[in-house]
Formats: sequence, C-alpha cells, structure tokens
Amino acid sequence: MESPATYLHWGFILISWPNLLVILGMLVVFAIALVAPFPNHGEADDVSAK
Amino acid sequence: MKSMGQTQEEYYRGVRMVPYDLLKELLLAVAGVGVLAILVAAFLSSPNVAPVTIATWSQTDPVDFVTTATGELAGTTTSAGYGAPYNTTPDAYQHWGPFAPQAWFGVRIPIDSANAYVIDPLKHAAFTNSTLGASLSQWQTATPDQQAAWLDAYTKALAAATVKDGNVTVASGDYGPLSLMMSNLLGVAQTGGLDGLLAINGRFYQTDYTQPLLFMGDGGYFAGLAANEHLSGDLWGMMNETGTYPGQTWLWLYTMWYQVPPFTSDTGFLGLNAGNADLGIVLLMTVLTFLLALVPFIPILRDIPRWLPIHRLIWRAYYAPNGQAPGRPASVKPLGASVPPAP
Amino acid sequence: MSARNSGSWTLRVRQAMDRHLPMDHLLPDRQPYYVGSWVYVFGVITIAALAWVIVSGVVLSFFGPQWWHDSSVGRFFNSLHFWSVQLFFIFMVLHLWGQYFMAGWRNGRAATWMIGVVIFGISILTAFTGYLSQQNFDAQFIALNAKDAMNGAGIGAFFNVLNFGQMYGLHVMLLPIGVTFLVVAHIVMVRARGVVKPIDPEGARP
Repeated sequence: MESPATYLHWGFILISWPNLLVILGMLVVFAIALVAPFPNHGEADDVSAK
Repeated sequence: MKSMGQTQEEYYRGVRMVPYDLLKELLLAVAGVGVLAILVAAFLSSPNVAPVTIATWSQTDPVDFVTTATGELAGTTTSAGYGAPYNTTPDAYQHWGPFAPQAWFGVRIPIDSANAYVIDPLKHAAFTNSTLGASLSQWQTATPDQQAAWLDAYTKALAAATVKDGNVTVASGDYGPLSLMMSNLLGVAQTGGLDGLLAINGRFYQTDYTQPLLFMGDGGYFAGLAANEHLSGDLWGMMNETGTYPGQTWLWLYTMWYQVPPFTSDTGFLGLNAGNADLGIVLLMTVLTFLLALVPFIPILRDIPRWLPIHRLIWRAYYAPNGQAPGRPASVKPLGASVPPAP
Repeated sequence: MSARNSGSWTLRVRQAMDRHLPMDHLLPDRQPYYVGSWVYVFGVITIAALAWVIVSGVVLSFFGPQWWHDSSVGRFFNSLHFWSVQLFFIFMVLHLWGQYFMAGWRNGRAATWMIGVVIFGISILTAFTGYLSQQNFDAQFIALNAKDAMNGAGIGAFFNVLNFGQMYGLHVMLLPIGVTFLVVAHIVMVRARGVVKPIDPEGARP
C-alpha cells in the first residue's frame, strides 16, 4: 500500500485508482439505495398523524 | 406556500405515520459504521510517508541542495522573490486587475533568505572554524557587484556540477569564497545541523516550521518526490494521497480548475491566467460555494430535482396507486381521512 | 400562563421550545410512511462516521501528535481516524445528493440546507488542518502547496499553513467545536420541522 498508486489518464482527467474506486463506489451505493426495497414501511399500519 | 410557522401537526395532517425507533437507528448506524471503519483500518492501515529532512535532502541530492542554497544567497529562489507575507519583492503578488489581497497586509512573516538559510548557519559553524570565518568575512566585506559576479559564475557552474567523495565539485572558476561556504553548509546540513538551526531559530520550544519548509520547497529534490506521488498542482494533486490510498476526493472541483484554461495558460482570459491562478480559483470556488448554499433560491438549479425522475424512485410508495400523492383515484383513502382529535 | 410572569425570558424561551421542538418531535417514535427509502439513512450514517472521527481523534490527541508514528496501537487509531474521515465525506456527499434530488429545502427548510453547506465547508477546513497535522511528507507538501492559495487570498499571514502549532490547535479544538455545533443545529432544525414531504405531482412551488 505504500508504493504510489497507479493513475488513469483519460483526456485531461488524471485520477488515481483508489480515488476512482471511491467515486464509482459512491455512485453504485446511491443507485442501490434508490432501488433497494425498504423493509416494513408499514403498508399495513394505519397510524394516523396526530 | 407552507411557512416556517406551521407546526408539524399541521404539516403532517392526514399523512400516514409508521412506527420508527430513532435511537435504535442511531445506535445501529454507529455500530455498523464502526465495524466497517475498524475492519478497513485494521486491514489497510493508513498512509505515512516519512517527512523529508534537510539532512536527507542534502545527503541524497547534494547538487540540488547547494544549488538551492546558492539561489537563496542570490535571492533567486521562489521564496526569496515571493513578496508578502515573507519579504518585500516589488510586484511579486497575485492580482486580478487592481484586486490584490496578497499585498494588503505586508510582510508579517519575515524571512530574510540569504541570512536565514546561508549566512547565519555558517556563522554558527564558523565558531570553531577560522577558515570558514575568513571566507565569511571575505563574502560580507565584498561589494554587491562582486558578490553578484561570484554568484552568477557559481550558479552557472553548478548546472554541470558532480558529486565526488560526498563533495559537490564544479569546474574551476572565480567563485570567491562561495565554494568553501557551500561545502561547509553542505556539511552542516548533512549532519542534521541545519534542520535544527532553521526550525529552532535560537529558541527552545518551537512549533512553527515556516523557515525549513520554505527552504526545502525551493529545491528540486522535494518537488520531484511530490511529483512521483502525483501530489503536484498540475497533476490534480490536491485530491491525491501518498501510497495506494484514496485522497481528498471531495476536492476534485477545486483542483480541477488548475488543470484547465484560463488557469493553465499565460495569456488566460479576462485577466485570469496561470500567474494568478491561486487567487482566481479561490474567488471562483468561493462564488460556487455561495451558489451551492443558495440553491433553494436559484431558479433552474432548484427546479432540476422536480424535472428528474430520481425523487419518484425515492418516494415510489407515495406515488403508488395506494399511496397518498394528490390526484390519486377516489378509491384511495383521501387525505385527512382519519385524523383523531388532538389530545 | 400567569400574567405575573409574562415578561420572563425563560418562560418565553421554554414556550418557544415547546412549540417548535417538543420532546416528541426531538425523539419521535413515529415518522411519515414515505420516509421509506434507503436514501434516508445517509444522514444518520454521516453522523455515525463523525462520531468515530471524534472518538479516534480524542484518542490521538490524548497521546500527542507524535504517538502514531512510534506506536503500532497509535498507527491503528490513526488509520481508524483516516478511514472514518473518508467514510464521513462519502456519506455526507451521498446525503447531499439525496437531499438535492429530493429538494429537501422546500417548505421552509432552506436554512437547514444552508447550514448543511456550511457544515460541508467547515468539514473540508477541518480535514485540511488534519492533513497538515500529520507530521509526515504529505503534510509537508500540502503545507507548501496550500500556502500559495492562502497567500494569494491575503490570509496566509493569519492562517499560516506552515505553522504546525497553529494548524494542530485549530484541528483538535476550534474546528471540531464548530463542526459539532453546526451538526447539532442542523439536526435540531430537521427535528423541529420534520422530514419534508415528497414533491407534489401537481407541482406545488417550493
């Protein structure tokens, strides 16, 4: 882990693989959060607002 | 428009509520994030490349060290010609037209490069070294023109210098006392004496590393190590980290501007160019941060969420046929249907 | 309320708190059914990451800035601090994305959004002073590079990134107090107003 990271050079973008992994990971996590079913959001519950 | 004065009771009238355990959620989050952080920390550790010292610099690249020290004496290094807050170099400040905050507060961190980095350390070393003492006297009693001539010749010779038996060797020429001065300074540096002298500065306790850091920053050795790790400004350096570790990815937009025109060109655009890139980008990022804070009030920016279907995914229960979105068929429980009287 | 005490500031503050942040809003056991998406957890896991940043930071500050260079236990706590900070920023930005796409500033919540942006900015500053406090090569280079931005903006003499003592003091005390205070204010504002309703299909104005 101590040796310098390898970099991806795409046009004017120059990014390290660890950084790219973090950013891609965030996009994946956000997408999953959007579509993943949320347990027990209480369809059957009929608890009204006060 | 719902005003801030509305209570939650009014705001949520008719909204179906479900059980929710806030504290359990918080504790679960703390435990879950904790497990993740502890595991990653245990397996991946953290970056820690050892700091450069003037000793290691002068041992590993003595030519670069001597070249830098000569430049400090000549006033040609970056820090020697920096201007505020370190010294008064005319016109040496970043400005955008008449706007020049660098020049507003004057010299508040005075650094006299020639004395701090060369003369004063050599005076200390000359305490037990009369030959060095004589060289120093020769230097200090010479006229400025004579000093400039020696410096010019020595600087040119250093471009082709070699290292022989740990000494920096140059072609023969008239350098006055400079060769002896620099070889002594190199000796002080290689034994760690210069690290101590520059950091401590005659005191005992010290936590300010301005002097030794500026000196190292003037050299090519330090900059070369940084470029190796992609930390330099022109390599998106602000968001990078040493080793195979993620850096400060949140600084991507800040560092991006340093890679694009007008901040990469000398001519630039609207007075913004590579020469005042630091000032220009600070101003630009300040404006963008304000815009981000004011998104709720900015047309188009505040409307994009409505135009994009992402919220329809997040609130799909609300927009579903048996949800509570307005405009649903009459078969759905109408809003406000089962609101019990307030207790 | 008794007329004899109607000039009391304490009474007025208490009444305002009862009105805007009663206990059952501060610690609710009910929430609107539409808060049923994983996007909503990004806020609380950001707080969780901040908790670990603070805990690991307290341990590091107790043993001093050199400790983690000399001790393997210290190195572990530095790693915990490093990765908690990474997680903190990752979750905070995910939370920002979520709140943006939900237009979370609607219905009187603009101030909550603005405080959030300020937290983002102060967190970046806190992390910056942290990177400057590492006492390693990275800290040296960041200091030398960042000084140009500070000097160009005129604040370099007052915020001297080459001055370890100043940066360390800001990092372990002043800035964490600022972040914590702002995060508490942000949470109180969310609890006081409740979670914003979904964007109305009929297009109610924000």
